[in-house]
Amino acid sequence: MSAPLLEVRGLGKRFSRNGRPVAALNGVSLNVAHCETLALVGPSGSGKSTLGHAILRLIEPDSGGISFEGQDLLALSGGRLRAARARLQMVFQDPQAAFNPRATVAGVIDDPLRIHGIGSRGERPGLIRKLLERVGLSPDLGERAVHEISGGQRQRVAIARAIATRPSLVVLDEAVSALDVSVRGDILTLLADLQREENIAYLFISHDLGVVRAVAHRVAIMDAGRVVEMGEARQVIADPQSATGKALVAAVPRLRCGISTENA
Amino acid sequence: MTIIHRFLKTPEGLAGALLLAAFVLVALAAPFFFPRDPLSIAGPALLRPFQDWSLPLGTDRLGRDVLAGIFHGARTSLAVSLAAAAASIAVGAIVGTLAGFGGGWTDEVLMRITDAFQTVPGFLLALAFVSVVGPSLGVVVAAIALSAWTGPARIARAEVLSIRERDYVASARVAGMHPLEIAFREVLPNALPPVLALASVIVAQAILVEAALSFLGLGDPNRVTWGGMIAEGRTVLRSAPFLSIVPGIALVLTVLGVYLAGEGAVETAAKRRSLA
Ligand SMILES: Nc1ncnc2c1ncn2[C@@H]1O[C@H](COP(=O)(O)OP(=O)(O)OP(=O)(O)O)[C@@H](O)[C@H]1O
Ligand SMILES: [Mg+2]
Repeated sequence: MSAPLLEVRGLGKRFSRNGRPVAALNGVSLNVAHCETLALVGPSGSGKSTLGHAILRLIEPDSGGISFEGQDLLALSGGRLRAARARLQMVFQDPQAAFNPRATVAGVIDDPLRIHGIGSRGERPGLIRKLLERVGLSPDLGERAVHEISGGQRQRVAIARAIATRPSLVVLDEAVSALDVSVRGDILTLLADLQREENIAYLFISHDLGVVRAVAHRVAIMDAGRVVEMGEARQVIADPQSATGKALVAAVPRLRCGISTENA
Repeated sequence: MTIIHRFLKTPEGLAGALLLAAFVLVALAAPFFFPRDPLSIAGPALLRPFQDWSLPLGTDRLGRDVLAGIFHGARTSLAVSLAAAAASIAVGAIVGTLAGFGGGWTDEVLMRITDAFQTVPGFLLALAFVSVVGPSLGVVVAAIALSAWTGPARIARAEVLSIRERDYVASARVAGMHPLEIAFREVLPNALPPVLALASVIVAQAILVEAALSFLGLGDPNRVTWGGMIAEGRTVLRSAPFLSIVPGIALVLTVLGVYLAGEGAVETAAKRRSLA
């Protein structure tokens, strides 16, 4: 095996709530390989979002290490960290909240291109149109305000923004949870296509074991700031070993009946 | 425009809009109706109002046209108050954004400076500043802005503190945006509406402070101001009270107009929010 794309070692993060320290991450270790989808599941408050945010350097962990594409991510700061962000992206849960209320579709996709110097000022409108087509949207949508388009379209715009700089890892924090069931399937298909064609790995944070089973190669189960179980997706969901895993599977009755979903 | 329509439907908004419109028209029309220097002598001294229809509001101690003074004084008030409001909102918004978004010691230092400016009474600060630097229109504007920027700074900071936790700010960081660009392009524009709501209060305050400075002889000596006219009239208050009363009425009506328009705007915004 070659070196993993992302390696998280013993990550710890405490928050203080009402003066009492809460360990949101308590020694989390995991790897994500190139082009792999690792699903992160666990009960609410188990620290999934905190881990995602720490990997994106949106919060600073107290202890542990993160290496990404062979470099020590926690050692980067300032301009070097901003440059490294081109390879490491995120799609947020609520596509409404994740965009500036004044933004236009073309504007939000232009941001990463402009910041990372992809294309000249004259070339970028063409790149934006290509990216919109890439995520299954009409290139003419660019002129519209982000708040004018539908939730599903907005999440496609968020994906276009995330893949604009050709990242090797995208963290999806409940990226399909806020969407209608009908739209959700389309977005999952799009994500699978992008993974195949652009060699993107996903850290797929989700509550929905049905979705996880359909899209993930491997699953990590978190509880109270620790990874309590990790393994091949179908295997973990079919026969969870940890108490947390058993509880999660038991909470989704249809999975025990063995409804099979295509593995993307 | 339905917003303007709704604004004019509130009684405060309508009254304020009418008074303000009159004020602005008078200020803009001054050079057309009274092309002569309003500080030059136009007729006999201390002519009472409504005696000579070429000088409808009479003349002052030196024979200067009072109506021309009112018109040109409106110009000074308008210019000073708008410039002071714009300057204090710009400075306040920038300081508040840097403090709220920067956090840590940036926030600490900027807010202590804001505190320091806020503890000194605004008028004293303006008075001291003009006395030291010398009276001119620009200095008066700066003097007023010097005390008025703290309100916008506090409101901008509070707003920025809530906005900086939003997902779209995290999203801008993920995109690799420079913190200063995030602060001024993503955060500041969304923090502005409540700051702009302060504009009417600052404009009204600025008109009064400018008048008070002029009254004390610290206005720009080359311009007619209402405060200066009131001060001039004071020396002949018994024999010709109209010389102080006329610019006094202009001052009161204008400030009232600004306040009412501000109230109307707040009312309209509140109604819109409750409808939404
Ligand atoms: N900024 C914060 N300040 C204080 N406590 C926090 C903060 N962010 C997270 N926490 C706490 O850390 C713990 C982990 O939260 P986190 O959001 O990572 O959970 P999660 O697994 O994403 O939950 P969910 O499935 O509900 O999204 C929780 O107990 C939460 O209350
Ligand atoms: Mg979460």
